[in-house]
Amino acid sequence: MSEVRAEMVANVWKVVAAEGDAIGDGDTLVILESMKMEIPVLAEDSGTLTQLAVAEGDVVQEGDLIAVIE
Amino acid sequence: MLESVLVANRGEIARRVIASARRLGIRSVAVYSEADADLPFAREADEAVLIGPAPPAASYLNGAAVLAAARTTGATSVHPGYGFLAENADFAASVIDAGLTWIGPAPASIELMGDKISARNLMEKAGVPVAPGTREPVADVAAALAAASAVGYPVMIKASAGGGGIGMSAAADPAQLEAGFDTARSRAERFFGSPAILLERYVERARHVEVQILGLADGRVLALGERDCSVQRRHQKVAEETPSPGVSPELRARMLAAAVLAGQVVDYRGAGTVEFLVDVAAGSFMFLEMNTRLQVEHPVTELVTGIDLVEQQFLIAAGAEVSFDPAAVAPSGHALELRIYAEDSKRFLPSPGTITEWTEPAGLGVRVDSGYTAGNTVTPFYDPLLAKLCVHGADRAQALERARAAVAGFTVSGVKTNLGFHRELLADPAFCSGDYDTGLVGRLRS
Repeated sequence: MSEVRAEMVANVWKVVAAEGDAIGDGDTLVILESMKMEIPVLAEDSGTLTQLAVAEGDVVQEGDLIAVIE
Repeated sequence: MLESVLVANRGEIARRVIASARRLGIRSVAVYSEADADLPFAREADEAVLIGPAPPAASYLNGAAVLAAARTTGATSVHPGYGFLAENADFAASVIDAGLTWIGPAPASIELMGDKISARNLMEKAGVPVAPGTREPVADVAAALAAASAVGYPVMIKASAGGGGIGMSAAADPAQLEAGFDTARSRAERFFGSPAILLERYVERARHVEVQILGLADGRVLALGERDCSVQRRHQKVAEETPSPGVSPELRARMLAAAVLAGQVVDYRGAGTVEFLVDVAAGSFMFLEMNTRLQVEHPVTELVTGIDLVEQQFLIAAGAEVSFDPAAVAPSGHALELRIYAEDSKRFLPSPGTITEWTEPAGLGVRVDSGYTAGNTVTPFYDPLLAKLCVHGADRAQALERARAAVAGFTVSGVKTNLGFHRELLADPAFCSGDYDTGLVGRLRS
């Protein structure tokens, strides 16, 4: 199991993947926005996306859970 | 002279405008969002008015709230800084309609240059060189593919209403164009409110060189030298210098003349910047866009000319003569600006947080325009610019030496900064030689 967490305070601009999706290492899961910059959040493992903890428009803090891949 | 000015901006540029206003005896009014109450600009203005919550749309982009603050405080003029409402022709018109002085060009000038496609066409017609590109918006992928084969690959995909490098991407072939086009359209829509896209031939080895112009109250247009802005990451500037090490006196003369022509074509008043791409191999230049406002990197021009550009903006807006002799502008020495961003030095990812320590360098030829200090919080709502570290030297070698010492003397804790990147840049042989192009940062990071 691998947990994907936010590296910084940001807004969730776009959710690209959905729960249940088959995910490959390096796939884009969500796109965050902070300081007028888009930051893609990538999977660091392959597997199934079992949990997506954010929705578009959410604000995430550094360390917040974004997704779980099993 | 103007009695008072409301500064419709935040951070370092608001602080910088307020400083010139104070020196000239103009009463200053700051407007700030809920996120910015503690920042130096809000504290240093003679008055400060809260205009809304942190998101820009609710505060710094809210023209009605800005005008209401002007009414409440009796401000007689509005300075927009850069970004936010600075190039919004409707806002400029609403300021003028409210009976206030707009410190910038006429709304019609903003409008003519605001759309990149119309600006390109206008410049081409006036005889200013432009890159091969599309003369009308490209509607879909099929039209883009057809246009690109006429323009020639590689092409740059740009938002016509865009600016600041946001949403731009290069495509080397039809496959990349197909892959990038829809993203470019959705970004253009989201960031700039218009999905209009233009394609332009992408120059592989190019320098980004811009000319500072000043349209005087009597209608004359002056060129105050160039700035080289080729050090970019994600198509956004990180460091600038003047004079450009890649521009010969002959090329400079032609570029300055083209910039003056661009200003004359749109009947320009006040400070503006005409951006060009210089094709290093061909020794030619092409019009990119015009920024109808004060530019972030204006301090390097101020350092070599000794002219306070904000003071000239105030004077021109008031219909007065500028404070220097236009016939006797003689730039001296070399100046650099390093943008200190709240981002890490390796991947350039943003780093919001609270600043626990802030020590600025000082010394001969050093100027720091900062928007933050210790105890301030850098929020994710705005761009990552913390400060502009500028140096002036008798020549480029001395300016580089002073820049290295100044970077070493700048301490920021609590948020990550790109000071480490600047240390690396100032030690890089290509940058130090002056023989570099817009691919420099990419090569440093590959």
